Formats: sequence, structure tokens, C-alpha cells
Amino acid sequence: MSYQIPKFRHPDLPVNDLGYTKADYEGSISSLCAGCGHDSISGAIVMACHELSIEPHKIAKLSGIGCSSKSPTYFLGNSHGFNSVHGRMPSVVTGAAMANRDLMYLGVSGDGDTASIGMGQFAHVARRNLNMVYIVMNNGCYGLTKGQDSATADEGSASKKGDANVYSAIDLCGTALQMGATFVARSFSGDKGQLVPLIKAAITHRGFALIDVISPCVTFNNNPGSTKSYEFVREHAEATGTVDFVPMRREITTDYKPGFSHEVTMHDGSSIHLYKVDEELDPFNRRSAMMTLEDHRETGSILTGLIYMDRDSRDLHDVLETSQRPLNELREGDLCPGNKMLENINASLR
Amino acid sequence: MKPIESLNDFVIKFANVNGTGSASANNLFAKALFRMGLPVCPKNIFPSNIQGLPTWYEVRVSEKGYLGRRGGTDIVLSVNPQSMAQDIQDVEPGGYFIYDNTKPLDLRLLRNDVNIIGIPLTLICNEQYKDPRQRQLFKNVIYVGALAALLDMDFKVLTDLVEDQFKGKEKLVLPNIHALELGHQYARTNLECPIGIRVQTSDKVGDKILLDGNTALGLGAIYGGATVAAWYPITPSTSVVDAYEKYARRVRIDPGTGRRNYAIVQAEDELSAIGMVIGASWNGARAFTATSGPGVSLMSEFLGLAYFAEIPTVLFNVQRAGPSTGMPTRTQQSDVLSAAYASHGDTKQVLLFPSTPKECFDFGALSFDLAERLQTPIILMTDLDLGMNDNMSEPLAWDDDREFDRGKVMTAEQLEEGVEFGRYLDVDGDAICYRTYPGTHHNKGAFFTRGTSRDEYAIYTEKGEEYEKNMLRLMRKWETIKEYVPGPEIVDCGKKADTAVLYYGTSEESSREALDYLAEEGVHLDAMRVRSFPFNQEVEDFIDQHKQVFVIEQNRDAQLRTLLMAEFELGPDKLKSVLCFDGTPISARNIRKQIKQHLSGNNVTPLHRNIVAGDTK
Ligand SMILES: Cc1ncc(C[n+]2csc(CCOP(=O)(O)OP(=O)(O)O)c2C)c(N)n1
Ligand code: SF4
Ligand SMILES: [Mg+2]
Repeated sequence: MSYQIPKFRHPDLPVNDLGYTKADYEGSISSLCAGCGHDSISGAIVMACHELSIEPHKIAKLSGIGCSSKSPTYFLGNSHGFNSVHGRMPSVVTGAAMANRDLMYLGVSGDGDTASIGMGQFAHVARRNLNMVYIVMNNGCYGLTKGQDSATADEGSASKKGDANVYSAIDLCGTALQMGATFVARSFSGDKGQLVPLIKAAITHRGFALIDVISPCVTFNNNPGSTKSYEFVREHAEATGTVDFVPMRREITTDYKPGFSHEVTMHDGSSIHLYKVDEELDPFNRRSAMMTLEDHRETGSILTGLIYMDRDSRDLHDVLETSQRPLNELREGDLCPGNKMLENINASLR
Repeated sequence: MKPIESLNDFVIKFANVNGTGSASANNLFAKALFRMGLPVCPKNIFPSNIQGLPTWYEVRVSEKGYLGRRGGTDIVLSVNPQSMAQDIQDVEPGGYFIYDNTKPLDLRLLRNDVNIIGIPLTLICNEQYKDPRQRQLFKNVIYVGALAALLDMDFKVLTDLVEDQFKGKEKLVLPNIHALELGHQYARTNLECPIGIRVQTSDKVGDKILLDGNTALGLGAIYGGATVAAWYPITPSTSVVDAYEKYARRVRIDPGTGRRNYAIVQAEDELSAIGMVIGASWNGARAFTATSGPGVSLMSEFLGLAYFAEIPTVLFNVQRAGPSTGMPTRTQQSDVLSAAYASHGDTKQVLLFPSTPKECFDFGALSFDLAERLQTPIILMTDLDLGMNDNMSEPLAWDDDREFDRGKVMTAEQLEEGVEFGRYLDVDGDAICYRTYPGTHHNKGAFFTRGTSRDEYAIYTEKGEEYEKNMLRLMRKWETIKEYVPGPEIVDCGKKADTAVLYYGTSEESSREALDYLAEEGVHLDAMRVRSFPFNQEVEDFIDQHKQVFVIEQNRDAQLRTLLMAEFELGPDKLKSVLCFDGTPISARNIRKQIKQHLSGNNVTPLHRNIVAGDTK
């Protein structure tokens, strides 16, 4: 069961530019296990959307099937949501985005949902550069079906049952890069400071934005032998740098140290500031992103932060040259060529 | 031997090799007859490859206007040595076998009950053309010219047609006319013209058009207001989206900005294609996909979601013989059951069965209204025969005052006024509920879409009572649907018959012709063409009014009959099957034969009901 959160408003709650409090971005009370990483990610989504002052009803949240895919019920209660079928969320989002280019599309998936049954759709939605945010709540296992290894489980990582995984892991960031994703990031559900700005940047990016969020499953995969446990990730995560996101409307007051920070202007005029820690990585260079990922894989550390971004991304609507007016707003007069044309067609068929 | 003599009534079959350019020449021949005012019915019988295998093109000419397959072949025009032995066997006694006699005929093939006519096509080409490609292409045009002389066709109609067809490529007109003349000239000088079978200008075509069903469907999607098309290539459905795109490029470009008022996405597979359609429809656009049986199998999980979540979904299924590695270029009506009950759980899907290009257009456009009105998948069931062959059809028409029926959608104003919104709440008593498009109102009307496990307000629940209540409402909705889908077409033979036939889709023309044959023999049967599933009351009444009903269909398992039996709880005796499942369109002679066997009580056991293609004489 899920319960609607009672909406009472504390007079001192901070409001955003639209006058909404954070509560306006929340959903039903979560029914996931207490401590599940997925809930922290839901919290980060709420914060990011609130801070960005997006109208909640202008967001559509879609998912596949899994514990992770259930989570859209637990945030953005004023947004339309769609719990589709296992591994097929990308196609549903693609259709939805074709119908109305003016909404923001947030896809939520799990590692089973994305890296196994949905691998094909994941690859192709990245390749088409659909304008969406794609969040994978990655726990290295199938939570909802009780803990089987998923395809992102690291080789040698042990599930709660104790068996070590014998297959090599799929790195979703690497896959997304290969497939042509134009925004690739990784984070950790326990690191809101990094995750919230990344979500904001992903939302602002025009094109396909993947955030692979490591999200421990406390019930089936948070044991000492697991490489997707809270403890392991805290110890082995290595950030590309810190990310700060500055929406267009806010005055830039922060002081950035030149040489270390990198300012990126987004499509809508807002900007991201990156403080680089890892000198190796140039996040605007795909080759560099791939090499850095590979370097970290070899050393067994988990690279987090913004890994790649294409600043000149052209999304699917650009490529298909679809009208600026959302297709779902077109009416008979725009769509139906009338009987005269049929008469001409008839004449050509005699 | 008595040669066949007939005027404006015959069947000719061209035996060609795939990929040699024969299609356009054969087409030219059929179209010329059509322009002479003769009803024609051309059918392509082609293999699943691009080049090299045998392919046939059958043209039925019938002044009486019979447009189905008759069965049997009066004339074979053979330019494919590979299939020659079989092709000559297929000629009716007294018929004509026209072949390329550059190489002498194998004497073992000779039949003395058939008129053998040789034309040295290769020789003529080799003398005329140097370029091997030209030799191949013009060979086809030359035989059309020769046929014109043999059948006494109006030569001017042919040359006019060439001029029309190459409008914009004038350079090609003269060489083609020259090739036609070469053949014509050769036949006139060397052969007895005309043969016993000939044609004469007539006036039986009226304002009809010659069009393939897939193009008509693509146009139906344009007129029906589809803006999103998602698909994965598969014969015989590919040309639906091709046609949609062709016309969209013409009529759907925004004049101000040059941008497109449509989006076509070639998906990575059919699962994705149907997912896109569902996503787009959920978001308030009209969307469709086109596929064939293998694609429908892949779409099955999503079709269940769309059924339960009540999302408008338009799917055009151009059926072919199964399975995926089966006979993809042969026709059948063999997805009826898999489509009607597509998906897991208790599902029933709405099917439409068009039988002409005009109906493909009408039903194609109607699908979008029905999908949105009924909030459920609409599966339009056509087949390769209708989809890929040119069919003579009533002209297409559109009422310019027609408005789309967008179904029950709650607006921001209604929500603002405080109208109660429950996504699965039946407020009107017809079991169809209101939906909202995403983004409608800032704090009212949003809901979470999932299959079931929710109450009338779309709030999550796993309570059994809620599930059951919802399923019962869906059954009531099924009753509502019956009032919206196209009803059957009934033909009363006027003799108070207690026996009838029932058919659907492309079995119509041959069935009508078979009924005429039977009537001539004193067997009078009423007829009903079913045009949709769920079956409406008229279908039930018609079956009730007859003692026995023959269900004519193009599959092995009598799928529509099974569906009728299941839905009306009929015993096995009432409905008898007349079937064809060899991958070619069912013929009138075949239908007559099977019905007569049934009537005389000596119908063979079901397993041997139908033998082979061509066993229809
Ligand atoms: C077609 C299909 N096959 C199998 C399932 C069963 N199933 C439900 S969730 C799931 C795995 C989910 O794993 P993941 O995406 O990692 O989500 P998590 O629960 O770990 O968040 C499976 C196999 C299903 N729902 N549909
Ligand atoms: S089983 Fe694991 S993934 Fe699922 S809710 Fe519980 S902790 Fe989260
Ligand atoms: Mg998982």
C-alpha cells in the first residue's frame, strides 16, 4: 500500500521561484525497505526539481519494473507517472516525448531493468539522443525478485546468499558512451551533495542524460562481500570533481578559483561549474571519458561525477525536424489534408 | 483440343524471375486493361528474397467484376525456365502457354491439350540492345507488346500509359514504346492474332481506382490525424509506413517553419515500436504502428498493458503465413486468434477486418477515433493480398466537416471547476472513464498509470475486490465497444435460405463469386461479411437465423470460427469450415468445391480439407 503524504505547509518552509515548497514535489510514502538507496535518490530528485523551479505537472516520470521502477510513486505526486513493462521504459518515453516536446521526461530504471531485459532499448534511446533524464538505481541485483545477481554486479562480488558472481559486469556509463549518449554521469545514492547538482545538470541538458546511481539494496546486497554496499562504495568512490549547478535565473555570486573550475553554459542559459579533481579527465572529450572509465575499472575504484557531456548535442526532435508546437496540440486543420487532395490521388490511380 | 474462347474474362499468369524488372511491365499490362474499362485483379506471388527466385504475377480479368481469385490459369506467359515444367502444367486444358522460344521447348514438357505459342524474346532483345541490363528490362516490355496483339488490346492505351508513367522522365518514354512495338510487331507478323481469348473496351470500371491496401492505410493514418509512427520493417507491412511518410512529406510540413507535423521513428524492434505508440498515445498524440504476425507476437506483453491501463493504441497487422521463418511473402488470415486474445491475463482486443483499399482507408482513419473513444488497442487486420496487391476499389473520400473523436479527456477548465476526476471511475455508465493528458493542470488530474493494482482513482492497491471490480467494468466496456465497431454486411439471397456463408477481409470477393456459381447450380445461400470483433448483435442474430453457416477463411485452424464458437458458446455442428492455407489467396472455385462437398455430406476429414495451391480447378 502507499499513502498520500498529508500536505500541510509550514509557514517557514522555503519556497522556490514558483512559490512551491519542497512538499509540492513529494509523492506518496515509500513502501520500499527502510534504508533502501532508491529512497535517497527519490529525495534527490525532489530537491533537484524543487531547486530548479520546474512546474511539477510539466514533468512526466516513467519507469519499467522493479523496486527502483516503483519509486516514481514516491516523488512528484503532481506529475503524471507511468509504470510500464520490464525493460521497456525507454520506448514509452520516446513515444511520449515525440507527442509533447514541452514536458520534461524523467525515466527511472533499475540495473536489471536496464542492463538485462532492457539493454536493447537503453542502447537505442541513448543512440537517438532523446531529450530525457535516465536514472538507473543500480544495486547490482534484482531487488524485487529477491536478490538474484544482475548484469551490473561486479565479478567476484558476493550477494547475501554468499555466492560470488562469475560474470563480468556491464558498466552502464561505458555502454552509454559507446552508444552515443551526450551526458553521462555516475553518483552514489548516499551522496546528495553530488547527486542533486548532477540531476539538475542532466535536466538542463538537451539530449539523453544518463545518471548511473549506485544504490545499495539493504535487504539483498548490502553485505561485506558486495561491491554495491554502502561501505564498499563509500570507500572506493572517486569523484571526477565537484559539480555545482547555477540556474539561469540566479545571480552568480559564488567565487570560483580560476584554473580549477570549468564553467559550462547549458542550452537554457544556466551553467554548471565543475571543480576538477581528476586531472586525467576532460569531460567534454569522449575519448578521455572512456579512457578514464577504463583506468578506474582496472584499479577497482568507482569513478563518480560528470563523466561526459556534449555541449553541442542535437536531440531527437532536432534530428527529426519536428514542429516546435507539440504534436499533441495539432488539430484537424493542421493534420487532415481534405477531400480535394484525395480526389487528386484518386485521379492518379485510374 | 478445343481452345478456350472468351471475351473479357480470363486469368493470365506471368512466370518471371525475381529482380528482373518484370513487376513494372506486368503492372503496365494490368493497368492498361483497367483503363480499357475492364475490372482487373492483379496478384503478385513473390518469394522472400531480392533477386533470382521464381515469381508469379496473376491477372484476373472479369467483365462481370469478380475481383477475387478464380482458380485455374487460362494463359501462362513463361519467361522463367526454372519453373517452366510446373507452369505448363498449370494451364487449363484448351489454354495458352506463351514462352520464349529462343531456346527450344523441352519436348518432355509438351502438352497437346494446350496451345503453345513461342516468341523469341531473348533473340529479339539481343538483336536490339547491347547493354545486358537493357536486354533484361525490355524483354518484359516486349512481351507486353506481343500480348497486346495476341489479346487484341487497344495499343494506344498502352502507349498513353507509358507516357503517363514516365512523366518527368521523358527520356524513357520512347524506348519503352519502341519495345512495346517490337513485341506487337513480331506477334502481328508471325503469330495468329488474336487468339481465342481477347479483350474489348468496356465500361465496367466507372470511377474506381487501382490501389494497394497498404497505401490506403498509410493515407488513412494521415487523414486520421496520426502524428507519431513507430515501426520495425517487416514484409508485408513495410509499405504502410512508407506510404504514410510519402504523403506526410507532402502535406505535413508546416508552411511557416518548414518543420514536420509528424514524427516517424524506426524502432529497434517491435517491442519498442509498440511501446512508442503507447507512450505517444498516453501523452495525447495519435500514433500507430504497422507490423505482421511475428511483430504482433513480440508486442503481446505491451498490448496487455495497453488493454489494462486503457491506453489508445493503433496497430495495423498485415498478416502473412507464419512463423517468422515461414513464408513471409505469402498471404493468410492466420493471426485472428493471437490478435483477438493478445497478451497474458484476461484480455480481449478489438479487431477490424477491412476487405478493400477503400475500407483500409476508412477503417485506418476510424481506428484512431475508436482507440481514443474506447481507450483500448485497435488492431486492424489486413493481409498481404490486400496490402501489397493493387486492388480495384471504390475511390477514397473524406468528409471535410468531419472532426476527430478524441474520446473522454478531462480538461484543465473542468478540473479547475472541481469536476471529480478518477482515472478509472465510470461516471457515465458506459464503463469508459475520463483520462487526462500529462501536463494538464498544476495540481489536479495527475495520476499514476500502471496495469492493474490500483483503484478507481489510480491509487495503488492490491485488493482483490478492486481488481475484480475493474475486470467487470472492462467486460461492461466490451459491451459498449460493440456499439461502436463497424457492423457486418449482410447479403440476403432472397430465397429464405437456412444455410449461409460467413467471411471476412480478403475472402470476400472469391466468396461472392462462389455464391454466384452455386446459385447457378440451384444452391442459394445467404451471406454475411464480419467487419469487426467484438461481434455485434447482428452477427449473433444472423447465425441464429440459419441452421448451418460456412465460415470461409484463410488459415488452417478455422480461427474466426473458433472465436465465434467461444464468444457465442456454439456447438461444433453449427459452423462448418471452408479453408485455404497454402499461402495463396483463396479462390472462388476452391470455395465452391468445399461447400459442395459439405452439402453432399462427403466432406473429407479436416486434415485433408485442403490440398495444394492450384488444386482448385
Ligand atoms: C517480462 C518480465 N519478466 C520478469 C519480470 C519479473 N521481475 C520483476 S522486477 C525484476 C528485476 C528488477 O531488477 P532491477 O531492475 O534491478 O530493480 P530493483 O528491484 O533491483 O530495483 C524482474 C526480473 C517481469 N516483471 N516482467
Ligand atoms: S529489496 Fe532492496 S531494492 Fe528492493 S526495496 Fe528493499 S532494499 Fe530496496
Ligand atoms: Mg536492481
